[in-house]
Amino acid sequence: MKKSLSFASVATFLGFVFLYAPIVSLIIFSFNKSKLVTVWAGFSTKWYVKLFQDPQILAAAWVSLKVAFISASLAIVLGTLAAYVLVRFRRFVGKNLLSGMISAPLVMPDVIIGLSLLLLFISMKSFFGWPAERGMVTIIIAHTTFCMAYVAVVVQSRLSNMDQSLEEAALDLGAKPVRVFFDITLPVIAPALVSGWLLSFTLSLDDLVIASFVTGPGATTLPIVIFSKVRLGVSPDINALATIIILVVAAGVLIAATKMKPKKGH
Amino acid sequence: MNASTQKNINGSIAGGAKPWVSQDQEPFIRINNLTKKFGDFTAVDNVSLDIYREELFCLLGGSGCGKSTLLRMLAGFEAPTSGTIMIDGQDMANVAPFDRPTNMMFQSYALFPHMSVEKNVAYGLLRDGMRKREAFEQVGEMLKLVQLQDFAKRKPDQLSGGQRQRVALARSLIKKPKLLLLDEPLGALDKKLREETQFELINIQESLGVTFIVVTHDQEEAMTLSTRIGVMNEGEIIQVGEPREIYEFPQSKFVADFIGSVNIFEGRVSDDATDYVRIKSSEADCEIHISHGVSCSENQKLWFAIRPEKLEVTHKKPRGKFNWVCGLVDEIAYQGNLSVYRIKLTSGKIIRVTKSNRLRHNEDEITWDDKVYVSWEDAAGVVLTQ
Amino acid sequence: MSDISGHNFHTTFYHWLKRRGRTLVISVPFWWLIVFFLAPFLVVLKISFAEAIIAQPPYSQLLTFAEDGVVQLKLFISNYGYLLDDSLYISAYWSSIKIAFVSTLITLLVAYPMAYYIARSPSHRRNILLMLIVLPFWTSFLLRVYAWIGILKTNGIINNVLMWLGIIDEPFVMLQTNFAVYVGIVYTYLPFMVLPLFTNLVKLDESLLEASSDLGAGSLTTFLKITLPLSIPGIIAGSMLVFIPVVGEFVIPALLGGPSTLMIGQVLWNEFFSNRDWPVASAVAIVMLVLLVVPIMLLRNAQNASNEEGA
Repeated sequence: MKKSLSFASVATFLGFVFLYAPIVSLIIFSFNKSKLVTVWAGFSTKWYVKLFQDPQILAAAWVSLKVAFISASLAIVLGTLAAYVLVRFRRFVGKNLLSGMISAPLVMPDVIIGLSLLLLFISMKSFFGWPAERGMVTIIIAHTTFCMAYVAVVVQSRLSNMDQSLEEAALDLGAKPVRVFFDITLPVIAPALVSGWLLSFTLSLDDLVIASFVTGPGATTLPIVIFSKVRLGVSPDINALATIIILVVAAGVLIAATKMKPKKGH
Repeated sequence: MNASTQKNINGSIAGGAKPWVSQDQEPFIRINNLTKKFGDFTAVDNVSLDIYREELFCLLGGSGCGKSTLLRMLAGFEAPTSGTIMIDGQDMANVAPFDRPTNMMFQSYALFPHMSVEKNVAYGLLRDGMRKREAFEQVGEMLKLVQLQDFAKRKPDQLSGGQRQRVALARSLIKKPKLLLLDEPLGALDKKLREETQFELINIQESLGVTFIVVTHDQEEAMTLSTRIGVMNEGEIIQVGEPREIYEFPQSKFVADFIGSVNIFEGRVSDDATDYVRIKSSEADCEIHISHGVSCSENQKLWFAIRPEKLEVTHKKPRGKFNWVCGLVDEIAYQGNLSVYRIKLTSGKIIRVTKSNRLRHNEDEITWDDKVYVSWEDAAGVVLTQ
Repeated sequence: MSDISGHNFHTTFYHWLKRRGRTLVISVPFWWLIVFFLAPFLVVLKISFAEAIIAQPPYSQLLTFAEDGVVQLKLFISNYGYLLDDSLYISAYWSSIKIAFVSTLITLLVAYPMAYYIARSPSHRRNILLMLIVLPFWTSFLLRVYAWIGILKTNGIINNVLMWLGIIDEPFVMLQTNFAVYVGIVYTYLPFMVLPLFTNLVKLDESLLEASSDLGAGSLTTFLKITLPLSIPGIIAGSMLVFIPVVGEFVIPALLGGPSTLMIGQVLWNEFFSNRDWPVASAVAIVMLVLLVVPIMLLRNAQNASNEEGA
């Protein structure tokens, strides 16, 4: 017992080194003076300055943030509905189909989702004339679709752990069904909604492949810009960008996690 | 007898009136041929039941017997497959849970985790459109009644199990429902606390005059609390009666066995007269004499049931001709206030006898492997035909 | 129907909601997924039977109206034949599956001790460790893969350190090899393996292990006879969560792989963006889907099994 645990603890330690070393190296070399990303030449913040003077990156970041915000919000609504239906409704036609469709995007390779949605948009255009042009709207639709799957998973597990008699108690005390949903169900699953939203936001912010397929000339997202730069080799301003993203996300996740902790009692 | 002591012992309706006996009173709740099916499974099977105002009625049964489903139909969470429920003369068929004159106390208590005790209790009043100030005044009084006035601002997860139980009770009583439904109200409490709370529950019920229907699997709890008990099995109500009736005069082997413990001898009628019956049982190797008539046919198969505490165990051979058997002491369980003897009869059947330990030291103490005689009074047992 | 009393509106609304509202609530996510998830596959299927033409959009219509008003259906199965003829596709599928299989195995070997250790930790430490597992997953995937370029390249961190220590004289070529692709895959998909394994292992009743050692089994025997068999649903779920997306992976081979790295996701991408042959790209996607049906079924079964266990 002891022996196997100590082997496991060493392995776990090495695993964490493996997980975090690249991230740490990204951050360190973002403050490197030299353009050679991997040779340390002294401390500098010039890549941050350069980053904030790059209009292409700033524009793409703005597009990505907008897309991520809207997709995450839509995904929360749709994903919560799907989760609610799957957990709370005993039986209905198409329940199996719905639960299959909601979990498939989690593992479906991005290239397939991206290609198939693009071809759908093109066929829709030739049938209904919509969407006339691909761009932010089509990216939002695509991101909403795969983000709602993640939301549904998170909310589903929270809902199925929730005592259903809470809702019945509110109904019993005279609250109408819609009121019950807003008074009881929503506050109880709120932590799941917060983490579902954050998860969707970062997934959308992060997506390269699907966005590359469904985007049009007007909308270039941040991952698309990063990918085109990175393909040509390492560039230190990308390190600076990565550092900012990593720190913001880590801070966000840590805040959310500590805020949610006291409510976890159930 | 003083009415109030009687109330506390039997929990019967104030003044000792028994509307289910006199039958001059309209039932408050009428359940008629109620059935609930989930797919192929019949959870509640053609139940009819009348419950009177201010009763404390217990639905007693094992898990999956349909008692909770019956309760949930009364609350409106499940729609009956067929049959009707009338509460105070009103058909409940098209009344949604939030419009019913009932409230429910849930087995899990179902306290809203994100609301304080005070807000939990006020929730029902506020949904009825009561002003906040008035509502919280009432909440204050209610919390005093359940002795939680100092905990108003706490969240449910900062309370002990017993406190949570009282919040749940307060919340379900605050709207002064005509009917309060309690699903295993004491199930989550430990034994000592449960006994104290039982009497508290009776007191609150009597002081507010609300009709209670309690679902429980605990027969002791049902006996202590209720005016009447309905014993359920496999979706059906098997017997309804006062606790004493259920215990002393069970109508079936199931009820006799389910409530308390019992020794059952299978036998056939050997002598059937108007004022007595004799039963011959190979399990008892004696003839059983019962001092009253039983409606049955000659040579019919039936069962004689007798409670362990109604049996007398001695070293001395009894004098009479009937109603005694002999055997060897197989096992003794000393439980403090009483001892339980397992006695192996000559037929091989094992019976239980309990004896209260009145003396600290007994000269003639019965011990392992003693040859003993077990005897009983003529009217101590019951004859069951099913 | 008899009038009951004043609360009629809400009662009626309640019953309406129970019947119609249900359908309404179900249909919103249902139809969204039908239109934007299921229908696209049918479109892909359709286009995979079309002929590539130089036009906008660049494929032929399956249904055409001939002069006499007869509808003609033209199916070009040649796209699929093309996949069989050109050894590029078959070897790309084969190498994708091979890479996915090997990297799934490595990920499992790395993840299992971690999941085991976390599951056996006291609960306060357990939560911190879990958070540390999940945290990288929240930060940009693209940038984390990018970080490996700096580490693995010829004048990258590893080579610099090894040369500085005098262990090697010549830098290793690691970037743009299959080795780099494996590192990248194991690295990015590690949390997907650890989490389901953890959920499974944390449910394992410790008294089972105690019972086993009480009955005389050593710790290795206990692990092989008790822990490992009971964690098989977690192993299957985690492996499928890694295997399925890796088969179609594009970013990791594109950034870390070299000319010899052949993965079907890249082939599809190039077919679509460089060659603009949409019907062939569609056929590539359809064949990939077919290949993934079995693993997806396995995943669903494993997840259903663990759900039932939890209930």
